[in-house]
Amino acid sequence: MDDDAGGTVLFVGTIRNQTNGKEVKGLEYEVYRRMAERQIAKLEEEIRMRWPIKSIRLVHREGKLKVGEVSVVVAVSAAHRGEAFDAARYAIDRIKESFPIWKREKFRGGRYAWAKGTPIQSHSASAPTTSEPQTSPRGIVRRRTRSLVEA
Amino acid sequence: MIRVKMIYFAQAREAAGTKGEELSLDEKSNVRSALSRAFEAHPKLRQLEKAIKVALNEEITQEDAPLKEGDRVALLPPVVGG
Repeated sequence: MDDDAGGTVLFVGTIRNQTNGKEVKGLEYEVYRRMAERQIAKLEEEIRMRWPIKSIRLVHREGKLKVGEVSVVVAVSAAHRGEAFDAARYAIDRIKESFPIWKREKFRGGRYAWAKGTPIQSHSASAPTTSEPQTSPRGIVRRRTRSLVEA
Repeated sequence: MIRVKMIYFAQAREAAGTKGEELSLDEKSNVRSALSRAFEAHPKLRQLEKAIKVALNEEITQEDAPLKEGDRVALLPPVVGG
């Protein structure tokens, strides 16, 4: 944690037990990993340019998840809460609309169905593609882990 | 001839019956030519034609984008992350 950060916003998305009134037993994420990892780096870079934040981490899971498990984490710290909330809200919205991620929901009886999506939005950011090493935990995470975000 | 890698995700992967394949195309081919070949090889993909966006080497692209040897052309059905 940066000493000059006055607030940290943490958004944690979890698997719900129902969709449109139908019971959900779990789901499976499919990810275009090579593209998604670049998108994450670009989105972090874009957000750093748009808001005076101190640090940001975006993590999305891949593979099979059970109800209640964490699917996505957005963590943003800033000097003041306003920009931390704004940047975190922007990040999760962009992850939902512009990342190459799909999910199949598992219903009772083991039946799977693809969740309805929206056409992928292309990134408007002019931020250069960064090639910095993707230190774990960050980006797309497949392995089962209890602590997704480390101090 | 050039070779490009086609990559199919989610509903497109199921419709094509494969995660991906290599296509040999004429020089001066574009994304549209690669898609046409994919639709010919996997007619079920046509149902998704309107909904699909295409990424060329991990960037969203247009159908008139030219292709070169080794390019990756990915078919992306509507997305739903988070």
